This record gives sequence, C-alpha cells and structure tokens, in this order.
Amino acid sequence: MSELERHSYDVVVIGAGGAGLRAAVEAREAGLRVAIICKSLFGKAHTVMAEGGVAASMGNVNSSDNWQVHFRDTMRGGKFLNHWRMAELHAKESPDRVWELETWGALFDRTKEGKISQRNFGGHEFPRLAHVGDRTGLELIRTMQQKIVALQQEDARNHGDPESYIKVFAELTITEILKEGGKVSGAYGYWRETGNEVLFEAPAVVLATGGIGKTFKVTSNSWEGTGDGHALALKAGGHLVDMEFVQFHPTGMVWPPSVRGLLVTESVRGDGGVLTNSEGKRFMFDYIPEVFKDKYADNEAEADRWYGDQTNNRRPPELLPRDEVARAINSEVKAGRGSPHGGVFLDVSKRLPADVIKKKLPSMWHQFKELADVDITETAMEVGPTCHYVMGGIEVEPDSAAAVGVPGLFAAGEVAGGMHGSNRLGGNSLSDLLVFGRRAGAGAAAYIKASGKNPVSEASVRGASERLNAPFTRVGGENPYTIHQELQQTSNDLVGIIRTGKELEEAIVKLAQLRSRVTTAKAEGGRAFNPGFHLAIDLDNMLLVSECIARSALQREESRGGHTRDDFPAMNPEWRQVNSISSWNGKSVDVVQQKLPSLPKELFDLFELDELMKYLTPAEITSVKGGA
Amino acid sequence: MSAAEKMVKLRIWRGDAKDGALHDVEVEANEGEVVLDVIHRVQATQMSDLAVRWNCKAGKCGSCSMEINGKPRLACMTRMNMFEEGETITVTPLRAFPVIRDLVTDVSFNYKKAMEIPAFAGPTDLKPGDYRMQQVDVERSQEFRKCIECFLCQDTCHVIRDHEENKKSFAGPRFFIRIAELDMHPLDTLRNRKKTAQEEHGLGMCNITKCCTEVCPEHIRITDNAIIPMKERVVDEKYDPIRWLGSKIRKREGIN
Repeated sequence: MSELERHSYDVVVIGAGGAGLRAAVEAREAGLRVAIICKSLFGKAHTVMAEGGVAASMGNVNSSDNWQVHFRDTMRGGKFLNHWRMAELHAKESPDRVWELETWGALFDRTKEGKISQRNFGGHEFPRLAHVGDRTGLELIRTMQQKIVALQQEDARNHGDPESYIKVFAELTITEILKEGGKVSGAYGYWRETGNEVLFEAPAVVLATGGIGKTFKVTSNSWEGTGDGHALALKAGGHLVDMEFVQFHPTGMVWPPSVRGLLVTESVRGDGGVLTNSEGKRFMFDYIPEVFKDKYADNEAEADRWYGDQTNNRRPPELLPRDEVARAINSEVKAGRGSPHGGVFLDVSKRLPADVIKKKLPSMWHQFKELADVDITETAMEVGPTCHYVMGGIEVEPDSAAAVGVPGLFAAGEVAGGMHGSNRLGGNSLSDLLVFGRRAGAGAAAYIKASGKNPVSEASVRGASERLNAPFTRVGGENPYTIHQELQQTSNDLVGIIRTGKELEEAIVKLAQLRSRVTTAKAEGGRAFNPGFHLAIDLDNMLLVSECIARSALQREESRGGHTRDDFPAMNPEWRQVNSISSWNGKSVDVVQQKLPSLPKELFDLFELDELMKYLTPAEITSVKGGA
Repeated sequence: MSAAEKMVKLRIWRGDAKDGALHDVEVEANEGEVVLDVIHRVQATQMSDLAVRWNCKAGKCGSCSMEINGKPRLACMTRMNMFEEGETITVTPLRAFPVIRDLVTDVSFNYKKAMEIPAFAGPTDLKPGDYRMQQVDVERSQEFRKCIECFLCQDTCHVIRDHEENKKSFAGPRFFIRIAELDMHPLDTLRNRKKTAQEEHGLGMCNITKCCTEVCPEHIRITDNAIIPMKERVVDEKYDPIRWLGSKIRKREGIN
C-alpha cells in the first residue's frame, strides 16, 4: 500500500450542511485552520431540502413577536422535554444569525417596507419564518458556501493560497474519531472517489452530519442521512440523548412509489392548504389535543378567518405541531378514510388562485407536475407521514456545543440533541444550525486555545485502517443492499410512528440479527467510487443508531411528541423529568435515564401556571415557585 | 411480477479515465419511476459497484447530472414513461468533464471558476438588520439564485463541450448567472462586474445559442435574463460612463 495521506488542521468539521459551514466560518474567523469534510460534493448537503424557512423572532410582520414568544413556542412544541438553555440561546440569537446571512449575500423575500418577510408555520404563534419562496434551505447553504469562498478569496489575497485556512474535502467519508489520552486527536476516513485512506490530525472535531432518515423505508432524507455523526460520537465515548424521538413529517408524497416520502412543505398549510379525508371532511378539527384547545380554532369559519385576521381568531388545526398532524393522518388512513394510495388529501387548489400558488410554492408545483403528473393548482395532493428528522442526538453543553464526555468533540445541527425536546417545530431547524453551528465553531476555538495539539499514535491509525478495510477482506458475505432494505423495513414496521412494547422488543432482536449479518457484508469490486463498499460502511452506523432508537423507545413508557406508544398512549409528567441517554460499551447499547435540568425561575415565569400544570408534576411546580 | 412492473433496456457507460464501454442491461421498472430509480435497481441487483452520484432525488441538489440518450439531464427528474415502449435508454457521463468512474465525472472545473468570481460586497455603512430592499428588486437576482449547481448548462455549452482549450478563459453559463445575480443585487457595491465578465470570464465567447437555458432543470432564463442583458450593458457602458453611473445610483434607491 502506498503511503498514507496525512493532513494537519486545528479543527476538522465533519459535514458541510448549514451547521458545518457555519461552524467552519466561525472557526476560521477565530484564526484557526479548518478542514471541511463532506460526503457529497460541496453545496449538496441535505440542508438544500429545507423548504419553509428559518424561524427568527425579528418581528418584521407582527411586531409583537420577540424571543420570549419564540422560546415558549419551542418548549410547547417539544412538550417541555427541550434543554431549556438551548431553546433560550436559540430563540435569543436566531435573528442575528439571519441578518448576518444578508450581509453575506442572501436574498430573502421582502415585506412592503423592504424588510425580510416572515411566514406562518405550525406551532409558531406569529409569522416568524424568513423564507425564499419554498427553497429557503438552498438559499442558506448557497449563501454559506459562497461565504466560505469569500473567505478563501481573502486568504488568497493575504496569504497567497486560497486553501491556507479553509480547505474543503469533498466526497470523503470519516469512519472514526481518533483519541489519545482521552481527548480528540483527529479523524480517519477514505476518499469515496479512490477508496484511499486519509488521516486528519486535529485536536478538535465538530460533528455536523445531520440525521438518520435512511434507517427508515419511507423518509424525506437523502442517502447521506445514515447517522454517521451519531455513531462516531457513540464510538468515541459520547452519549446520545432522547433517541426515541423521531419526527414523522405529516406530509410526504405517497404516489408514485418512487417518490414516496419526498417532502411536501408545511408552507402549503401555512399558506392556506387544508387536509381532507376520502369523505371530503376537514378532519383536523377532530384531533386538537387538550393542551392546545385554547390556541386552535374548532370550526372552519374561524379557521378560515384566521388567514386574514390573526389577532381575533384562533389558528387552523392544520397548523398544529407536526407530531399531532402526522398521528391524525395515520389514524384517518387506519380508519379506512384514506386516499387511493394510502394517504389523505392536501388541497390548496380551492384556496388560492393558480398564479399565487405558483409564486408562493414554486418547487411544490414543479415537484408534483414533474414527478406525479399532478397540477396542484387544479387538484389535491395525496400526502402521508414520512420520516423527516431526529430530535435525539449527541448530548452537548448548550453554550459551547461541546459533546459531553469527549474533550475536543463538538456537535451542532440535527446530529446534536436536546434543543427540540420531543418534537421540533418547522423552521427551528435552519435557525438551530445557524445558532449552534456558530457556537460549535467558537467552542472549538476556545478549546484549542486552552488545550493545544494532541498527536495521533500509529496504533490508532492501524486500528482505524483495519476496521475500514473489513468489508473487502470478508469472504462469501452478503450483499449490503439486502441488509439495508431489511433494516428499513424493520424500522418502518416496528419502530415507526406508532409503537408498542412487544414490537420494539421484536425490533431489538431483529436488529441484533442484522448486526451479525453486517459483520459479513462484503464489498464487491474495487476501491474506486464503489457504492456497495460505501453502504457496507454506512450500515454499521445505521444499525447502531437504530438500536439506540429502539432501546430508548422501549424504555419510555408514555407518548410524547415524536414517540407514540400504543400501549402507553398518554403523556406522563413523571417521564418529562428524564432524558434517555444512550451509550456504547463496545458490544451493545446501554440506555439509562438522566434527570433533565429544571427551568430557571425567569424562564418558568414566561408561562402561565395553568399551562405548566399540563406538563410538570406538582412537586416540580412547588420547587420552582418555592419562595415566590 | 405485478401488472405495474415491466422490463426495460438500459445501455450504461462503464469505465474510467483510461477506458470504458457501453453495457447492455435489462432491469425491472415500476409505474411512476425515474431513470435514477432504475439505475439504483441495477446497482442493487446486478452491478453493486456501479458508480453514480445522487443525493436528494427530488431535483433540488443537482447531483445526479448525466446524459440520457445524449441529452444532459437530472436522472431523478427524468420519468421512465417519457420513453417509447421497448426503447433502449442510453446513459452516459457528462461529456464536458473528465470521467472518474462510470457515471461520475470530475466537476472540479466549476468549483475553480466559482473561486474566480469576486464575492458579494455589501455596503459598509449598513449594519446587519438594516438592509432594506424591495421584493421587485430582489426578484431578478432571486431567479439566478434558484440555481442548484447541477452544471448541466456547463456540460451542454458548446464553447467548452468539445473545446478543452477554452476552459481556461471561459467561466460558463452557471457563473454568468452568478455574476448577473451579484450585478443586479440591489446592495452590491462592486462596480465593474459586467466589465470583468467580458474581459476575464469570457462572456464575449458566448454566442447566445440558448442551449444552456434549454437544459436548465430550474427553468432559469440564463440567456435572456442574464447573458444578453449583461452583453448589452457592457457595450453601453463602454461608450457611456454617465449611463453606468446612473444605473448604480438607481440600484441604491431601495435603501432608506
């Protein structure tokens, strides 16, 4: 074998979506040398798929909005399981993060006064989502990609080399985080193009690898969502928090089969689209949960008036948080009131004129026209739940985004946990990755200044290389595609939108069987750009993550947000007091319960007592109110 | 096999920078599928090491660019039902870029060109949050920012498609719309974008055959809305500096 390719950086950022790029910008601005690693080409990360917008309480459309209201909405959406400090930082800092994008060249849609326009979205009390039609994610990633290029141009002028401070390593997969003396020392991986191995020596690593959607059969995620960062952190000794909470977006396409799961933006409902069943009934009025009754209209007349007058009317129930809408659709289909292809109808054609639909929802019009032969200005769409986002993720210190238990490791964006509690509000993902991407970059910079370099040992390199090469050295093993399909089917059938203890136990057995089969999965063909090999590597990560989800879900005996137990259908305040913490002992996943940090008094006081009593135990309320 | 399934014939180019050939395969296709679905099925059942780039499978990321029956297209947005019954569908890598393996090409040319376009230069007298622009003024640039960087326009452009020697001095349609986008940005302060487009990025080599516009999956009117207006104004400005100054003053009117 030829000599190992080696690189040395201050920080390695794994993942080039919004969170990774924002972290890289921050680290570079702090004077660090940064490697950005992406599994795909630069600028293709899953962030491009975000449609609706980025939530920030700028108050441009309704001046009553402020960070406190955004904080409240986020906690309510997450059913109070959120880490309060993350939700607080997020609500306070997201306006600055959005405005900053404008100075880097982003062009958001405007209000009449020329400010950034903001749109309504599920769970947000005021119009809050800065947007660009329904392609906000593309604008975000392109803006940051171009900001990186701008910084490289600056470095070329000042240091003679555009890559003197930031270098993008595209189409490269990281298979291991390396540690020496208990602290991060680098990362190991391979070029997808050649299969050749690469060593990165760096005392700090930022994980920004996104989600886990590809463990499910019906998903809005691209092939990259294989839980790499979740698995890398676990194997490096980190913890995952609340992995049982998986968001099923209520509206994915259901037909034709080849696009099943593809996202239909929530903006369709924000802009007036309604959900109906096969009987033509607008069924969401039947599914308003007790905790939301005072905020959502219980009749069509009031719901329709809301679009014109939001002060004097309650919101349409189509705009309930995503978990509620997804469960409602699931129930309608189960009750035999579904659409021909197993979804329900989402109709905007009778609500808005054709030219307005094309202007407000151009990608949706395009997507249905070209992929399903459906003109959404004339007919209803067929939609159903699709695995969209994982709320669970790496346990981090909120202020620095440092991974708990692994000095030198940081995490931001979807791969990090805690921010969204049991359910994420639409629009809070793009703002999350800006706020915590920046904090992770700053956290890494502060860490390096204090800790200095940490060289990689040759023993670590040898171990990483052996594990990476395993799929080539196996004899007579299985095709990884077959194992992947079985994993996806298992997740969908047994760990899906509605769960039972019995099925989760079955899932854990099944996952163990798949795991033993993966150890024999063989890569056919050569090392160069070999997707069979890539999948064999990714499968290991997916199985690890799936086990965390199934085991956490089995333990949590209640229903909350993105975790619904048919055998424990109610939300239970006792369970709100704990997070599920997954760790890896080298052979299997352990899940334990850990107490949530309690709300400090100043945030507690932002809520009405009546509302808190729906979520918190009487003892918790007394302990905070205490001397008050 | 259910009624919805049928067998289709594909002719796929496989090889690397040194050598390659077309391979005939027959594979199942289901109702509603796109070319990328069928390629994935070939990968899962017959050629597990077939190299193909893809990400979102929704026409939003621009990764699965290839040539289908000789035409630059996104495989995820090319429906199987647009082909005749029994027709052999030929799938080849993008011709304007060097092959890495099978359907994957080296598109680094585009990233180099991106590095040559001067970045957005915002006003120094406005703080973040104080930008004011009218919707009508941002819409022109927004059209170009719809670009998903699939590079199909670059692939089809005859200035570089069969003329490797032109690549050095020609940025290509994707980067002409990038320059146009910045030039039309209401708050961009860099003064000479059209001039450098002409003098440094090869705008003059384009002879407006509109091939780029035809292949754009985002339906961006590359030629009509970016290239032609820049070509016209670069000529105007060359002969009329007052007119150039006027256009910049108008550009700043949105600020309050």
